[in-house]
Formats: sequence, C-alpha cells, structure tokens
Amino acid sequence: MKLSEVKDILDAEIIVGEDCLDLEVHTAFGADLMSDVLAFAKAGSLLLTGLTNTQVIRTANVLDIAAIILVRGKKPSSETIALASELKIPILTTKYILFETAGRLYMKGIVGCLSKVENTSGRT
Amino acid sequence: MGEPKPNLYSESFPIEGGNFNSAGIVSTGIKSILKKLGIPGDIVRKAAIVSYEAEINVVSYAKKAVVNLTVVPGAVCIEVIDEGQGIPNIDLAMQEGYSTADQKIREMGFGAGMGLCNIRNYSDDFHIESEVGKGTHLKMTIQTP
Ligand SMILES: Nc1ncnc2c1ncn2[C@@H]1O[C@H](COP(=O)(O)OP(=O)(O)OP(=O)(O)O)[C@@H](O)[C@H]1O
Ligand SMILES: [Mg+2]
Repeated sequence: MKLSEVKDILDAEIIVGEDCLDLEVHTAFGADLMSDVLAFAKAGSLLLTGLTNTQVIRTANVLDIAAIILVRGKKPSSETIALASELKIPILTTKYILFETAGRLYMKGIVGCLSKVENTSGRT
Repeated sequence: MGEPKPNLYSESFPIEGGNFNSAGIVSTGIKSILKKLGIPGDIVRKAAIVSYEAEINVVSYAKKAVVNLTVVPGAVCIEVIDEGQGIPNIDLAMQEGYSTADQKIREMGFGAGMGLCNIRNYSDDFHIESEVGKGTHLKMTIQTP
C-alpha cells in the first residue's frame, strides 16, 4: 500500500516527507529497541517505534527503512527532524499505541518483515 | 597505491567515544561513499549495518577509534580500531544477550547484547581482537560480486 494509506489508517500526522506519500510499503517491524531493529528489520519496511532520538534515524538509514511511524503520539526533537529531512526518511506520528498501530496495519495487509526469529541461544 | 582502479577506494574516519550525538555519522558517510562507487544496494546495506553497530560500540565503550574503509575488487573491508577498556572475555561478549551497557546506552535504544553477533552475521569474514586496558580491533569483510 502507499504511505498515504498508512497515514489514513493510523490517522497520522506527517512530520517529514510530505512528498513521499506515494511510496509503496508492504512490511513492517515494530520495536523500541534499536538493537533488535538492527538485527531483524528488512529493507523497505516501515519502522514502528516509540523512540524519537536521532539514533532512530541513523538506524533507519543504515537499514534502508522506508518510513518511520512514531507511536503513542511521540513527537521527534528538532535534531531528529533535521536529520530525517537530510537523509530523506519520512516520519509519521500516530496517537495509537504500538499494538494498535501494528494491528490496524496488519488488518489492511501489511505484514511483519519476518514472522518468527530463528532458534536462538540465550536470547534475553 | 598504483593506478586507481574504478572501484578501489580507501579512507579513514575518526570516531569520538562517549558522544552519542555524532554516533552514526561515519556509517552514514560510508553508506553514501559505497553507493556513489556503484556497489550493489544489499552490500552497501550490510556494510552500513556492521559499521554502525561498531560505531555504537565505540561510542558506548571506548575513548576513540579510527575506521578504515577499503574497497578492493571483490570486497568491502571495514576495520574499526579503538582505544578504550577492551573486552575481557570475547567469547562472552560474542554471546547474544550479553551486555554491560549502562542506563544511558539503554535509553538510546541499545544494549541488548546483539551488536557483535549482528556484525558477524552480516559479514562474510569477521575478526575480533581485544586487549584489556588498550582497545579492540574489529575487521569485517563483505564480498562484492
Ligand atoms: N569496542 C568495545 N570496547 C569494549 N567493550 C566492548 C566493545 N564492543 C563491545 N564490547 C562489550 O561487549 C558487549 C557486547 O557487545 P554487543 O555489541 O554485542 O552488545 P551491546 O553493545 O551490549 O548491545 P547492542 O549491540 O545489542 O545494542 C558490550 O556490552 C561490551 O561489554
Ligand atoms: Mg553493541
């Protein structure tokens, strides 16, 4: 689906990337832990998170994340907005909690960029 | 070096330990350099991920570091040489879930003990050496077609 549809489903506000609403997305990953995002998120996915610091943008950049959806009504700082604009990574913000955000997108056909992790030893 | 080959490149970048504001600048830079060199997107992405994980570790656990990026025909090599506390037990540090990250690092969204494993997983070849009180040396190689 297009990012514009994601915006409508989530009743979201677009903070960066007004010109990117035609972008196509099919998958998503949600986490507040960038360590997990780095290990599991796939290129071209949406990143759903409640973290708003500049490392979220850096993380999205290295992973080729399509767009960031900030959940729970989080607003990014001006540094985060500036970096996202520079690196051309769209940011949307929604008042829905992470669970609702994921559920609403899933109902409309967005799937996880992976559904289960492989067997792991000692993951905490 | 002799005549420059079309896809040969070499540059060093410094990283300042402890500074979370600048963490990621080097990997973002490496990413755009590799893209400009015409390296395929999936390889650029791997190189960006491994250098970013290493950069976050330097910012989190070391005083400073130098990152050497070398592109040779067939491979992208990223070396991260830091001066810092070093790693007392590399086998333990390489275990998924092992972390000594403090509250500040965790607040930034890191400290799950996944970084070094992730670096190993995204590299075709990975070497780590460390000396307590001196520093840590990582070498990652990612093959290019
Ligand atoms: N450059 C380094 N210098 C000193 N210690 C390090 C360095 N890199 C890693 N370590 C040690 O190894 C542990 C594991 O590192 P790793 O990157 O796998 O996980 P983490 O940084 O704790 O969390 P994550 O990477 O998931 O955010 C760290 O907690 C730290 O104790
Ligand atoms: Mg780490």
